[in-house]
Amino acid sequence: MRRAELVAPVAAILAALALSALLLLLLGANPVDALGALVKGAFGDRLALENTLVRMAPLLLIGAGISIAFRCGVWNIGGEGQLYAGALVATWVATRLLPGAEAVLLVPLVLLAGAAAGALWGGIAAGLRVGRGVSEVLSTILLNFIAVLGVAWAVHGPLQELSGAYPQSDTFPAAARLPMLPGSLRVHAGVLLAMVLPVAIWILLFRSAAGLRLRAVGLSPEASRYAGIYPLRETVRVLLISGGLAGLAGAVEVSGVTGRLFENLSPGYGFTGIAVALLARLHPLGVLPAALLFAALASGSGAMQRIAGVPAVTVQVIEAFVIFFSVGFALPRRNG
Amino acid sequence: MDLFDLGLVFATLRLAAPLAAAAMGELLAERSGVLNIGIEGMMLCGALAAFAIGTATGSPVLASLAGSLTGVAAAALFAVFVLWRRADPIVTGTALNLFALGATGSAYRLLYPPEVPLSDAPAVADWLPGLNPFVVGTALLVVGVGAFLSYTRAGLAVRAAGERAEAAHSQGVRVAAARWGCTLAGGACAGLAGAMLVLWISNTFVEGMTSGRGFVALALVLFGGYRPGRIVLGALLFGAANALQFRLQALGLEIPYALLLMTPYLLTLLVLALFAGRVRAPSDLARPFIARE
Repeated sequence: MRRAELVAPVAAILAALALSALLLLLLGANPVDALGALVKGAFGDRLALENTLVRMAPLLLIGAGISIAFRCGVWNIGGEGQLYAGALVATWVATRLLPGAEAVLLVPLVLLAGAAAGALWGGIAAGLRVGRGVSEVLSTILLNFIAVLGVAWAVHGPLQELSGAYPQSDTFPAAARLPMLPGSLRVHAGVLLAMVLPVAIWILLFRSAAGLRLRAVGLSPEASRYAGIYPLRETVRVLLISGGLAGLAGAVEVSGVTGRLFENLSPGYGFTGIAVALLARLHPLGVLPAALLFAALASGSGAMQRIAGVPAVTVQVIEAFVIFFSVGFALPRRNG
Repeated sequence: MDLFDLGLVFATLRLAAPLAAAAMGELLAERSGVLNIGIEGMMLCGALAAFAIGTATGSPVLASLAGSLTGVAAAALFAVFVLWRRADPIVTGTALNLFALGATGSAYRLLYPPEVPLSDAPAVADWLPGLNPFVVGTALLVVGVGAFLSYTRAGLAVRAAGERAEAAHSQGVRVAAARWGCTLAGGACAGLAGAMLVLWISNTFVEGMTSGRGFVALALVLFGGYRPGRIVLGALLFGAANALQFRLQALGLEIPYALLLMTPYLLTLLVLALFAGRVRAPSDLARPFIARE
C-alpha cells in the first residue's frame, strides 16, 4: 500500500474522532475520560483483548464481502440480514437436524449451512435485480428487516428451546461448537478462519481473471460489456459471495460465541461491516486493521458507558462519522 | 370488534399520512437528481426533535416545526457530503441512517435518564372523527409538491436538473441550487413525517421507532412512478394493509407476532418486484454534476 493511500483513512479516523470528541463535550461528558475508558475496555486486560478479537471475526467476514461487492458496483446493504439468515439455518442444523453428529462433521456443516443461507439471502436480492429490475439497495435493506423478524419468529416458534422457558434456541451440542484456540478463554477457531478468508478474497479479486471481471464491471459496466463480460452475472456472483461471507459470520457467532440463537444476536455487525470496508478503501487486506478498530470501538463501548456514562449507542455515531469522512474525503470522488 | 369498520379507515389514514409525507420528500430530491437513501434517518431525527420540543413546550405546532427543521439539518449533513464532496449517495445515505440511529439513541438516553418519569408528547387531536390536522397538512403537501413540479418554472428547473443536468445548466438553470433546495425541502418533509409518528401515532419516542418507514417511502416513489397522486394511492394501500395487520393482532388470531410484523416489508418487496422494473427514473438521478465553464 502506498503512503498516500494510508494518509486518507488515518485522516478520516482522526477527523471522526475529533468530531466525536466535540459531540461528547456537547453531551456533557469528558472526551478524554470517555475515550480512555473505551481504549481500556477494548485492550486493558486479557479478557478485554480476547473480547475485541472475538468481535473482530464477523466484521472481517462481512467487511471483506462488502469490499468485493462495492468494488463491483453492487450496493449490498444487507449484511445484517444475511448474518441473521446464516445464524438461523446454522442453529437449525446444530440443534434440530443433526444434534448427535460428530464434531469433525458437524462444525463444518454448521458453518457451510450458515454460508449457504447467507448466500441464498443475498441471492434473493440478486434474483430480484436480474429478473425484476429491483435495485439491490432497497431489496437488501428490506431483507434485513425480514431476516431479523424471521429469527424472532424462529426463537418463539420452531427453534425455541424445548423447555419453552425463554425465546431462544437450545444450546448447541458441544460437537457443534467451534473449538477455542489453545491457551485462550474466548477466542475461537472462527477468528482464525475470519483472518484467513480476507486473504483469499484478495487473491480472488486481484490475482484472478474472475476478480478482474468483477472490478471491470465496477469501473464501467458499459466498457466491460464490450469486453464480453455480463455485468448482471457478476452482480449475482458478488451478492452470493458477500451474502455467503455474512451468513458464515452468523454461523460463527452462534457456533463460536453464543452457543445459541436469540433475538438481537448482532449489535449491527452488518452495518459496521460497511464502515469497515469503506475505511479499508474496499481493499480486502485493509479490512484487517479496519475491523480491529471497529471491534475495539464495539467492545470498549460497554466500559465507556459504565465508567464515563456515555451511552454505548454513541459508538454508532463515531462509526457514521468514519463513513462520512471516508466517502467524502478519502475515497476517490466520482465525476459526472 | 369487527375486522372492517370505520375505525379501520381512520387507522389507514393515520398510517398512510407519514408515509405519503416522507415519500413527497424523496420525490422532490429524486426529481432534482439526488437519490436520498437517508430519508429513514431524517425521519428519526425529526421524531426525536418533535418529542423533545413537544414535551418541553406542550405545543404541537412548535413540535412539528422542530421536527421539520431537524429533518432539514439532517438533510444538510447528507447534502454536504453528496452534493459538495460528491460522495456516493447510497453509502452516504446509509451512513446518515446509522448516524441518526446512534445520535437519537444517545441524545434520548442523556436527555431522559431512566430515573426521571417521562411525560407524553402533546397529541394532535382530530378536528372531526378521522379529520386530523396532519391529514389535511399531508394532503396540502402532496398537492403543493405536485403543482410545484408540474406547473411552476422552478419546478421545471428542478425536473431539468434531474433529467439532463448538463443541458439544464446550459439553459441557465442553477443545478446545484435546485438539488440543494430539493434535498433540504425533502428533509423537511421527512422530519415532519417523523413528527407525525410522535405527535399523532405513538405520543412518545422509541429508539429506532421509524422501523423502515423511510425505506417504504423510497419504494412508494417507485411504485407511484414519480407521480404524486399514485404515490399517495400507494401510501393508502400500505396504510390499509398495516391497519389490517394491527387489527388481526388485536383480534388475537393464531398468527405469530413476528410474522405479522414482517408483512409491511414483504409487501414492499412484492410491490418493488411488480413495479420497479417498469419505472423510468430521472435520467441524471444519482449522477454528480460539475458545472463546466
